[in-house]
Amino acid sequence: MSKNQEFVKFDKVDKSYDGKVLVVKDLNLDIAEGEFITMLGPSGSGKTTCLMMLAGFETPTNGEIFLDKNPISNIPPHKRGIGMVFQNYALFPHMTVYENLAFPLKVRKINKDEIDKKVDKALSMVSLSGFENRMPGQLSGGQQQRVAVARALVFDPQVVLMDEPLGALDKNLRESMQYEIKHIHESIGVTVVYVTHDQSEALTMSNRIAVFNDGKVQQLSSPDKLYEEPVNSFVAEFIGENNTFAGEVTNFQKDQCKVKLSNGSEIIANPISVSSNGDRTTVSLRPERALINTKNKMDNNFKGKIEEVIYHGDHTRVRIDLLGNKEFILKVPNSSANMDIKMGNEINVSWNSHDARALDPK
Amino acid sequence: MSSETEKILTTDGIPLEVSLKKAERKNKIKAFLLVAPLLFFLLITYIFPIGDMLMRSVDDKMVTEMLPKTFKSMEKWDGNEMPPEEVFEAFYLDFQKLVEEKRDGKLSTQLNYTKNGFKSILKKLRRKAKNFEEGNYKDQIMAVHKRWADVEYWRAIKRRAPAFTSAKYLKGMDMYKNEEGEIVSVEEDRRIHRVLWLRTLEIAFFVTLLCFLMAYPIAHLLATLPMKYSNLLMICVLLPFWTSLLVRTASWMILLQQQGVVNDFFVMIGLVADDNRPEMMYNKTGTYVAMTQILLPFMVLPLYSVMKTISPSLMRAGKSLGGTPFVTFWKVYFPLTIPGIGAGCLLVFILAIGYYITPALVGGASGTLISNQIAFHMKSTLDWSFASAMGLMLLAGVLAIYWVYNKLVGIDNIKLG
Repeated sequence: MSKNQEFVKFDKVDKSYDGKVLVVKDLNLDIAEGEFITMLGPSGSGKTTCLMMLAGFETPTNGEIFLDKNPISNIPPHKRGIGMVFQNYALFPHMTVYENLAFPLKVRKINKDEIDKKVDKALSMVSLSGFENRMPGQLSGGQQQRVAVARALVFDPQVVLMDEPLGALDKNLRESMQYEIKHIHESIGVTVVYVTHDQSEALTMSNRIAVFNDGKVQQLSSPDKLYEEPVNSFVAEFIGENNTFAGEVTNFQKDQCKVKLSNGSEIIANPISVSSNGDRTTVSLRPERALINTKNKMDNNFKGKIEEVIYHGDHTRVRIDLLGNKEFILKVPNSSANMDIKMGNEINVSWNSHDARALDPK
Repeated sequence: MSSETEKILTTDGIPLEVSLKKAERKNKIKAFLLVAPLLFFLLITYIFPIGDMLMRSVDDKMVTEMLPKTFKSMEKWDGNEMPPEEVFEAFYLDFQKLVEEKRDGKLSTQLNYTKNGFKSILKKLRRKAKNFEEGNYKDQIMAVHKRWADVEYWRAIKRRAPAFTSAKYLKGMDMYKNEEGEIVSVEEDRRIHRVLWLRTLEIAFFVTLLCFLMAYPIAHLLATLPMKYSNLLMICVLLPFWTSLLVRTASWMILLQQQGVVNDFFVMIGLVADDNRPEMMYNKTGTYVAMTQILLPFMVLPLYSVMKTISPSLMRAGKSLGGTPFVTFWKVYFPLTIPGIGAGCLLVFILAIGYYITPALVGGASGTLISNQIAFHMKSTLDWSFASAMGLMLLAGVLAIYWVYNKLVGIDNIKLG
């Protein structure tokens, strides 16, 4: 049985709340059956609005959303059969854990034995068996979160939406919950649409990530591709750390170009979104791709002055004044070879032109 | 357990409990001083008057003090036959003393409350007693009037011996102690108080119900509307609070009277004939309308404050889990508003059963409540002890409702804001 590649389909969806500003602009997005897709973006980028439109709490101003090839704009939320996990869990505070989980089954008129079985199964899935008679208020944040996940899954929905579900948890708990949700997704194969503004969460959990900004999907790809090959400066800036040089393309070739910086020096870069000489560009370089005092042969070699050294245990962050950029960051692994890193020293910094991506100007 | 565990000492060797108490004493004193003025105020303006009211409602010392010797000599009398000579002698001495102090009039009023017919025979006794000879008072007094020879009248005097009486409470329930000391109801056509109690409860109940039905949607709207609209609506709800109660009631009189605005409107749209205008005032209708309007904010505010705390994502969760809007409302939203409903209903009900001005002005004869009767006895008949007794019965009723509410819903579930 081949999986439906367009299980959820946003087709030219626009959304405006006030008739003046578009919160979501011309959104086209296909989500495959069984996929874990994350909508990632800063607050106000329209990602939650997309989720709410899918859940049925907002209506698209234009365009249509399809679920398994059926348009759903006119179906009220309670008939869509989409499970949802809310940011603040939204557990019913006056019901026990059992009653919370039984709610979606009871409204579907499922008989008592079946309900008991399903609730049992869902609770054991989130390792909360035996908590049936607790009230949500008696549970810790992590436990409440798990109950919310179990409740969204207990009625076997086709799609589960999660709206920043881990936002209220502390860091350690958040990380362990990330794995737990990922494992649950892998074991039951449900389609998950996950919204977050935390990039590490998105990178850890998803099959694919849609980076939102300004109401548009900036890039939709797998986590590794998103990090390694950002298609524009916003994505490069938003995902991970990033060093940038602003300049002008001078020597454009198909797989290489020269970029003249404001201080006059030229660097060699990988042309991604520039097409001819004279284009303004922002060159983006990941900190870990630039090496210091290396013996490897690389096509970019420059001298820089160390401005600041921050000790991080396993690595050291070094801020360097390089080619007029005083915010150039390097990550130096902690090894005995690198003991001469001190403030004020001059060092050689080199990188491959392939890793320096010439993107759109900011 | 605790005796087995060793006492924990602080670093300086003082037992931990002692040290803790010492550290907290200062805070406790501070806290007490902060509430002390209010406590003092409540003591003077609430506890003390209520206590005084209680005393007044059962106080029957007046007669006891006027006839001290009589009641002492009556202790041995069983009340079956005529009292012995010593009772007559004691009564004569007490009465002569009262005549000297010119307090015999009060005695006759009081005794007349107990049994009709005392007034005239006491007057006669006062005239004849001037010429009484010493000794054999029994025959002399019995000769004054034939009622003095009737054992019933002596029993009636004896009934006034105790310094405390429940008579006022029984009267409030349209009951009294008959000559045999049994508690019986008054004749059917004289039972005015029971009707009033029932009407008070009925009006309070329906006013509470009406307030609830109207306040619930308003409070919901207030809690869910965007700030700029909800503020305006809130002002509309609170507007009655800023207007004098008397003015509001008077404006209802203008609206509801037979030639009033509402009736004019009904006639204009042809709902009623001009010569057949319904009476909407000086009856229960007027009381219902005016009291519901006036008490509405007391229902809206607790409901609003509770609804404000219910996260809208709960309703969304209910719907996303497959509940229809109605099921989600009934199973999720409504149960969460119960603390507000409880608080609002209790507040409105308790205010309604003690309501005074509005029923007095728009209630007429069939729309007045027990509080109007209390006011009547305080101002017109000056029977303060009866007014106190009814006031305390009202208080007991409120406490009973509170108790029932606590049993049913639990007082911890109340939320006023």
